[in-house]
Amino acid sequence: MPIRSLNPFASSPTSSLDLLSEKESVRTETREPKLKYRPRFSLPFSGAPKPVKPTETTGSRLDAPQPSAFRPPSPQVPSLSLPTINLTTATGEKSKMEDAARPLTLFSPPSPAEAKKLAKQHAAFGPLGSKQHLYSSRFVGEEFPEPVEDEPPYFYLITTYISYLILIIFGHVRDFFGKRFRQDRYKQLRERDGYAPLNSDFDNFYIRRLQLRINDCFRRPVTGVPGRFITLLDRKSDDFNLSFKLTGTTTETLNMSSYNYLGFAQSEGECADAAEATLRKYGISYCSPRGDSGTSDLHLDVEKQVAEFIGKEAATIYSMGFVTNATVFPALVGKGCLMISDQLNHSSIRFGARVSGAVIDMFKHNDMSDLERLLRERISQGQPRTHRPWRKILVAVEGLYSMEGTLCNLPGLIALKKKYKFNLYVDEAHSIGALGPKGRGVCDYFGIDTKDIDILMGTFTKSFGANGGYIASSKSVIDKIRVINAGTIYGESPAPAVLAQISSSLRIIAGELVPGQGEERLQRLAFNSRYLRLGLKRLGFIIYGHDDSPIIPLLLYHPAKIPAFSHEMLKRKIAVVVVGYPATPLISSRARFCVSAAHTKDDLDRLLAAVDQAGEVLQLKFSSGIAGGQEPLHDGLTNEKEMAVRSCLETGEKPAVIPPRWKLEDVIRRGVQDVKQPLY
Amino acid sequence: MNSTYLQGAELPTSALNFIDNASAAFQRIPGSAIFIRYIQSSYQNDPVRSAVELFLVIFAVRYLLAPSYSTNRAKHVPLTEDEIDDLVEDWTPEPLANEETELERIENDKRPVIAGPAGPKTKLQNGKTVTNLASYNHYNFASNPDLLNKAVNTVRTYGVGPCSPPGFYGTQDVHMKSEADIAAHLGVPACIIYAQSFSTISSVIPAFSKRGDIIVADKAVNYPIRKGLQISRSQVRWYEHNDMADLERVLQRVVKEGQGKPLTRRFIVTEGLFENVGDVVDLPKLIELKLKYKFRVILDETWSYGILGRTGRGVTEQQNVDPENVDLLIGGLAGALASGGGFCAGSDEVVEHQRLSAASYTFSAALPALLATTASETVALLQEQPSIIQGLRENIVTMRAQLDPRSDWVRCTSAPEAPVMLLVLKDEHVQARNLSILDQELLLQDCVDEALANGVLITRLKAMPLALGATPKDLTKEWRPQPALKVCITTGLSKRDVERAGVVVRHAVTTVMKSKKWQR
Repeated sequence: MPIRSLNPFASSPTSSLDLLSEKESVRTETREPKLKYRPRFSLPFSGAPKPVKPTETTGSRLDAPQPSAFRPPSPQVPSLSLPTINLTTATGEKSKMEDAARPLTLFSPPSPAEAKKLAKQHAAFGPLGSKQHLYSSRFVGEEFPEPVEDEPPYFYLITTYISYLILIIFGHVRDFFGKRFRQDRYKQLRERDGYAPLNSDFDNFYIRRLQLRINDCFRRPVTGVPGRFITLLDRKSDDFNLSFKLTGTTTETLNMSSYNYLGFAQSEGECADAAEATLRKYGISYCSPRGDSGTSDLHLDVEKQVAEFIGKEAATIYSMGFVTNATVFPALVGKGCLMISDQLNHSSIRFGARVSGAVIDMFKHNDMSDLERLLRERISQGQPRTHRPWRKILVAVEGLYSMEGTLCNLPGLIALKKKYKFNLYVDEAHSIGALGPKGRGVCDYFGIDTKDIDILMGTFTKSFGANGGYIASSKSVIDKIRVINAGTIYGESPAPAVLAQISSSLRIIAGELVPGQGEERLQRLAFNSRYLRLGLKRLGFIIYGHDDSPIIPLLLYHPAKIPAFSHEMLKRKIAVVVVGYPATPLISSRARFCVSAAHTKDDLDRLLAAVDQAGEVLQLKFSSGIAGGQEPLHDGLTNEKEMAVRSCLETGEKPAVIPPRWKLEDVIRRGVQDVKQPLY
Repeated sequence: MNSTYLQGAELPTSALNFIDNASAAFQRIPGSAIFIRYIQSSYQNDPVRSAVELFLVIFAVRYLLAPSYSTNRAKHVPLTEDEIDDLVEDWTPEPLANEETELERIENDKRPVIAGPAGPKTKLQNGKTVTNLASYNHYNFASNPDLLNKAVNTVRTYGVGPCSPPGFYGTQDVHMKSEADIAAHLGVPACIIYAQSFSTISSVIPAFSKRGDIIVADKAVNYPIRKGLQISRSQVRWYEHNDMADLERVLQRVVKEGQGKPLTRRFIVTEGLFENVGDVVDLPKLIELKLKYKFRVILDETWSYGILGRTGRGVTEQQNVDPENVDLLIGGLAGALASGGGFCAGSDEVVEHQRLSAASYTFSAALPALLATTASETVALLQEQPSIIQGLRENIVTMRAQLDPRSDWVRCTSAPEAPVMLLVLKDEHVQARNLSILDQELLLQDCVDEALANGVLITRLKAMPLALGATPKDLTKEWRPQPALKVCITTGLSKRDVERAGVVVRHAVTTVMKSKKWQR
């Protein structure tokens, strides 16, 4: 594909490039004759009757949808001269015959003010394109599969190492000469009038010599709502990323970066209304920790709601997710206790574990046999040196891992827990709200009773668009935690507006407020996650993680591709997160897409088109096909073939797979019908 | 050449092909001919020598690959699988949470629950309206109508949460503005905002001080500082609370011990206004010592920022110290400023370093936009209207007059300007009645209840939570604050109200001290 001629925003008639047009994404859906036409705008969800729930039995979901009933979600030839306004289709109302007969152009165009308001709403939360674009997130199957991790050809692995080697050699050469000839620039690394350097030379090397080169991909300042679109403040650097100057202009980009899974980051709608009302009634802050006088009826209400939502006896809330983890472990384990943590657990868990004073051990990410080995070893040997039995053993895992997109193997953990009697702590920071047919996290997803897990932790930052975290457990544990946890004693209490956001979003998900909306959000997220993952796999990218996870990491490998991918995406007005070492292993640098219910299928198609182009330019299509993306077989044969591939993998044979390199048009054409089958 | 030996043997053709290819590939490597000739000649001359050489090569490889630390688990007891199964069967863990103690149960039962806003007069859930002397809402900013309107506007523009950590599209323009506003207020080059005040310093300390570095800390520093010191794994030396002579002694010793060794980072960590004691640090003397002995200063102004000084800049303003002398200045926005979050101010270098290495900044979502704008606004208010702070000081004087000299039972350990007044039992009563720390806590809880019954909400200073499994021996090593009543003054009350509330608190203490329960 020619690189230079590619202008993503030219209104070209070819369909693949059209997908990149921003206007496309707020396109009118009035072409659908079966939908009742509504002349006045109403909020996408307000008062809408509950959409017809797709049949949720496993068997029926495996059936391919009838092609005749399938409506192409995007009009083939969009005419950009028409007023672009979406008349919501989320109502699911059956049209009357006379409506269908009405000419479609006969509608009063919205006034400029209305259009602006609507555009603002749609920038935070896109309208649903078609009811085909819904799916229910739940675990189907017998045994929880390990995600297949594809590997690129050796050439790319070796060149990745060589790239780092070159970067490191260059860095040292620059340091060598710089320290001799430009001493003023290196003064923070050397002793200065009796003070040791604030940053050690060695620790700082990575930041100075590797990260500085790509600093413009991180900490991009934003403004406004981090919803479906996010507005970046443009900036430039005159000193090679040492400092940035805002240019004063802004760019509205498609937001694939925020943890806004259910699309509750909105400045309008029920949650924002509740936040405003509560702000006016309760003030800005309680100015006190929970333990002193920072507890109000609002806090107790939210705690009760959270406990009910999770399915636990009691819950306690904090104003920051990091602190929730950092302070709860010292309240649970201490001297004489063992804490076993997944290798890839979040920094806050590690922080809390270190503060607690318990012995800390790690097992390989999601590897149940390694965990069992460790448990047997540790229980039989007892405490180090004294060999006395452990007082408690706490195994801490995350529900959904934010860099890998993998889910914890909850069925496996529960089985081990029954045998080895340890306490289980699940951090649902990313999975609460984002997984399960009812949005209640990994337990809901696997159909496991929350009673089987001792402690469930989660945050409100992600799916609920608020801030803070919670701990849910039995009443006795929560009562104890409330009095001995430093987060309750000293941490500021959550602000009233934040509580209102939590409470209203919880009620929407549970269906108590605006029935139907919460369900639609959950199902849109589930569909979007699978759709994008399948599309990227078919295009030939290496994607990590489990099928239903809304976190989709795309492997880049080469360090130089980290900024290149970010820039290619930014050129196409898409904001993505790129991460490299040390947040990931040295070779597996990646871009991470966070899917949201606020995205429409058109947004994802636009992303697929952009990633397809970037993938060609940057040579990112490494997939060997073992992780999926193949042509699906028909009539239920999919599972068998999948089994065959898996058994091949186990025996070490090379399965007969062709690297998937689908054309973009085919990916988009087949995506919606294939997405509801197991993603193979 | 290997293939020549093997051609006679009966091998599948694929293996033969492989060997042929391998030897061909090997011969293409430059220098391989020399290598083969060397092995051939040495083998013909002396097979034993070849064996010894081979052994040496294997040994060298194994030595190089071996980990440099000892993997010898001397105390590891080898067990059979059956024995392990039995031990697993046998093991019974303790319950996850122990029984609540009496004090803990009281705390859970008596935690006040507010219905509605936390104003100077607060309605409790039981319907009673009380004077609120328990929250840090010193300037009554929490329900200021102007601030409310601005917060609502922010919600209508930014939504509530930023849904991202600051590194990944979570840095909003309002955060950058608040950082600039606070830095300008303090008069330092840069500032970084954290999402929670409590967690700020626990992350700031380990971002700079690592294993092998030395921290000299005041014995009475607050809980989050202690946790920061623990996480940093640095070597910690303590000096007596606010005792500058003792500090100098410790500094001298550290400098002396460090002679001849590579220079490590050295920090003095202390608080501006001490959370657990209420007094103020002697900053000019501290700066003098710091400059003399070449230490960096980490000053926690969580309780003094927005309180001390003419425009609320904290200890630096109150004691006329150039804030540039304080290397890291940590403050809180969640108390008097009625917002949320904390900050660390200092040089550009110091601030930029934290953006990558401070755990609770990098790995946590950013502060909600509405709290960031509120912080900007309240900082501006303090600068523009220093009279607000003056009003608070007058109320403090009024309250103090009711308590400290007048009460026979308690004394106030807080500094005269501190709006959080800590009242501890006078030593003579503690000794006369032989009150343990726990007794004092229970007694003061009775005082809190008595005051609440008379319409004044105050709280106790909460003891620092102990590490689980800590033995009584560990406890004696730790500094623990003396139990105290906490009375928080606010400008939202008139002088008369403050006086009346002061009388209630004083009488509550008197009633409890004279009650039968505590007569000994």
